Amino acid sequence: MSDPYGDRGNKDLSIGNPKGMGSEIPQRSGASFSAPGGPFLIGDSMTAGYGNGPDILHDCTIAVDKGEIAVIVGPNGAGKSTGMKAVFGMLDMRKGHVRLDGEDITDLSPQDRVAKGMGFVPQTSNIFTSMTVEENLEMGAFIRTDDFSDTMAQVYDLFPILKDKRLQAAGELSGGQRQQVAVGRALMTQPKVLMLDEPTAGVSPIVMDELFDRIIEVARTGIPILMVEQNARQALEIADKGYVLVQGANAYSGTGKELLADPEVRKSFLGG
Amino acid sequence: MTETLKNTLLFGAIALVIAFVGFQQSWNSALLIIAMGLISSIMALGVNLQWGFAGLFNVGIMGFVALGGLAAVLIGMPPTEGGFAAGGLGIIGALLLGAGTIVAAIQVMRRMAAGPLRNLIVIAVLVAGFFLFRALLDPAVARIEEINSAETGYLGGLGLPVLIAWPVGGLFAAAAAWLIGKTALGLRSDYLAIATLGIAEIIIAILKNEDWLTRGVKNVIGVPRPVPFEIDLQNDPAFVERAAAFGMDPVEGSTLYVKVLYILLFAAVLLLLMWMSQRALHSPWGRMLRAIRDNEVAAEAMGKDVTARHLQVFILGSAVCGIAGAMMTTLDGQLTPGTYQPLRFTFLVWVMVIVGGSGNNLGAVLGGFLIWFLWVQVEPMGLWLMNVVTSGMEDGSALKVHLIESAAHMRLLTMGIVLLAVLRFSPRGLIPER
Amino acid sequence: MDFLNAIIAFLNYVFIPGVAYGSQLALGALGVTLVYGILRFSNFAHGDTMALGSMATVLMTWLFQSWGISLGPLPTALLALPFGILFTIGLLLFTDRAVYKFYRVKKAKPVILVIVSLGITFIYNGVTRFIIGPDDQNFFDGERFIISAREFKKATGLAEGLSFKTTQGITIVTAVIVVVALFWFLNKTRAGKSMRAYSDNEDLALLSGINPERVVMITWIIVAFLTTIAGVLYGLDKSFKPFTYFQLLLPIFASAIVGGLGNPIGAIAGGFVIAFSEVTITYAWKKILVYLMPESLEPSGLVQLLSTDYKFAVSFVILLIVLLFKPTGLFKGQSV
Repeated sequence: MSDPYGDRGNKDLSIGNPKGMGSEIPQRSGASFSAPGGPFLIGDSMTAGYGNGPDILHDCTIAVDKGEIAVIVGPNGAGKSTGMKAVFGMLDMRKGHVRLDGEDITDLSPQDRVAKGMGFVPQTSNIFTSMTVEENLEMGAFIRTDDFSDTMAQVYDLFPILKDKRLQAAGELSGGQRQQVAVGRALMTQPKVLMLDEPTAGVSPIVMDELFDRIIEVARTGIPILMVEQNARQALEIADKGYVLVQGANAYSGTGKELLADPEVRKSFLGG
Repeated sequence: MTETLKNTLLFGAIALVIAFVGFQQSWNSALLIIAMGLISSIMALGVNLQWGFAGLFNVGIMGFVALGGLAAVLIGMPPTEGGFAAGGLGIIGALLLGAGTIVAAIQVMRRMAAGPLRNLIVIAVLVAGFFLFRALLDPAVARIEEINSAETGYLGGLGLPVLIAWPVGGLFAAAAAWLIGKTALGLRSDYLAIATLGIAEIIIAILKNEDWLTRGVKNVIGVPRPVPFEIDLQNDPAFVERAAAFGMDPVEGSTLYVKVLYILLFAAVLLLLMWMSQRALHSPWGRMLRAIRDNEVAAEAMGKDVTARHLQVFILGSAVCGIAGAMMTTLDGQLTPGTYQPLRFTFLVWVMVIVGGSGNNLGAVLGGFLIWFLWVQVEPMGLWLMNVVTSGMEDGSALKVHLIESAAHMRLLTMGIVLLAVLRFSPRGLIPER
Repeated sequence: MDFLNAIIAFLNYVFIPGVAYGSQLALGALGVTLVYGILRFSNFAHGDTMALGSMATVLMTWLFQSWGISLGPLPTALLALPFGILFTIGLLLFTDRAVYKFYRVKKAKPVILVIVSLGITFIYNGVTRFIIGPDDQNFFDGERFIISAREFKKATGLAEGLSFKTTQGITIVTAVIVVVALFWFLNKTRAGKSMRAYSDNEDLALLSGINPERVVMITWIIVAFLTTIAGVLYGLDKSFKPFTYFQLLLPIFASAIVGGLGNPIGAIAGGFVIAFSEVTITYAWKKILVYLMPESLEPSGLVQLLSTDYKFAVSFVILLIVLLFKPTGLFKGQSV
């Protein structure tokens, strides 16, 4: 057994409650420092992996600027989500830096990054299923000490269905509604940048279109959006900037239109 | 340092400290530590089989050990004269009726469509069965307990050689484990820990209260032994002569000789079980077990019946604990249901397994010896420590008296500290799994 | 008249003791369920935490008694209780810092934490015995009864007396207050909601800026309140003996699991289910039946379904039945 703290396959529910258990996150207690210039948020030439595992990202760069939507696409296992998590500080960074709004935040813990204004919507388990919609939004605003009822009203304006369901447990909602709760929760901190990991995973095409509309709406309010997407074509259509990752490294990058027009990208990743 | 050398050193160190006890205190204590160390090792071996190789969390070791003890009584003790005639049939009938009730209830559950009517009938069957059971059992029990209650008042045993009780103890434990495993591992979610915790308490409650079976808290004493009695040896001129040749007086010689015989018997059992479990673990069955442990999903996908394997290993491990329990009662020569406590018989065995090294049989043996040694020797050590600590205090001061009196409780504290220290600094135990 | 007597006997021997015992189990099970929900393991040291917290209260009570401080008709222990709670808070936070935190940071699997809690059990148990010894300790003082059987008989002229012990009254009132306060805290306050969020989804809680260490700290503080109060109430009602607290572990776990592990409402319901099952099944019903049945049908035996020594068996059988029919417990716990 390699893991001395493993459970030897024990599934006994009368002694342990694995549900909702967190993943191992590298301990960081560093501080941020000023590093002016460059895009609003950039993960600059990141090389990273989980724990003592092998490198998953190789010299990978992802950036987004104010008022932009940046989209990361690529084949399965290309490290798209990993790249996102690296920017958010959930991986061991071996090389490279993350800068936000003129500050180097490479050594900050994920919580500190939230406080710095980063909002992150993970791909799965992105809502508190046992809590009501309203409580989910309240938890989103946990770090705020001011009155956040305005922000909540804005979220309800953006996603009207949530207002009707605000006293219902979030776990009882449909897939699309859950994603709305997830995005709404992240918006509650009034983030300076929003990171979405496959917000349209597992929802129907109609719901997907609607979600994309909402995301564009959010971007119009001035919040830069960094997004991983499985539906490469639709995503690149709304993207100002696109990154194609292959095996943890940048393969192509450009504006959404350029990538859509690039024959290589079309052939390999967009199905012709 | 190679692994073999390290392990030899570890076992050598234990041998050394036990020898120290022999020189400092008495060889009788040292041999007793070895005998109980062997029994503890066997218990640890059984638990290691379950936890180390299958990840099953058994917190009912006490119950299986006690069932082994029960076997020693039922096999070894002579039958009570007139006991069976008085109520034996009544008790057997009642037990059969009880089992029949449960089977009937299960059948109703299976056969009828779910609904309030089914639940009602199941409850009716169980309630009616329970009252019939009591009506049949109670008078039989009363008749048995009337027979010379100061000395017997129970059914007694079969009067067979007590060595037979050891495998039978294993069988008793295996049967109980089958029942528990079938229920707890078969539930949609796995609830083995609480199930074993509960069953162990129930087994102890039965041993304490069913006087017709075990004399309850009146204890069964004088369980036959597989070795000669000291007093017979002392009266045997040939033995006295031999003892004298070793420079020992007959009393000391006979006690040591008996202990050595026990140790040889126990060691033989331990070696046999060690050999068997090593063989099993390196067989395809054992490899499959470890494959399941390390990746249950993959193993299941390959068509391995995970629940069945878990049930098998749970039964085997519990049976080993039952054998150890029978051996312990044989060594003690008595069954005292009141002394079965979870801290001593369940959690202490866990400390042995974790400290020795989960997943390593040799580790379990080392843990068994080491922890048993500490369990016995911490008390004198604690007393010595307290005497040193309080040496500066004036005699008769309340604090001094309290500290010296409380030294006996140091052993629990020590066990906790040893367990936490190992988990923290050597989480895989002293002899880690390979 | 006979019917009234039967009701009084039922209240006296079954209902009131059941409610008091149920309240104690519910408080214990709430602590277990909170640790299970938030720290994600079954804390085997829970019973011994109760013992240590009660011990601190007992020592404090003796000190107050020696100073001549008392609460009049109420037990002095109530005055000492806050100090006992403070001690337990300190103890649990220290234990967490010194022991549990290491494994939490490493994301050790729950079963490892269970084994760690076994070690803590040994240590707490040893410390309790080292300080106060393994024997029964009496620390009750004040008025024994709110209603005594003799007065009740005199006042009503009934043959059956109804006694309502002060400790039973205190137990029930305290349990109600504690439960209401806990539910208000969990559902209405920011800290309480953050605990639920952390229990639901640790990673997302982190992404929302909830500090896990703070959640864990608040949890241990609440658990300290619950264990000490439950332990002291049990000690006042029965008696303080370190080993009985260890033995309470099985009914407490059974309550938490019957109710649905991780679900606070379930823990309370489970506590009462277990308590009433134990009391009704081990009670000798003859006393009540003689009032209800015509003389010719009067039962000859005690009509005791099982001897009181089997009370642990009862909690376990109830647990098994519930799990067979509802694997997640009466109220949907987290173990789905």
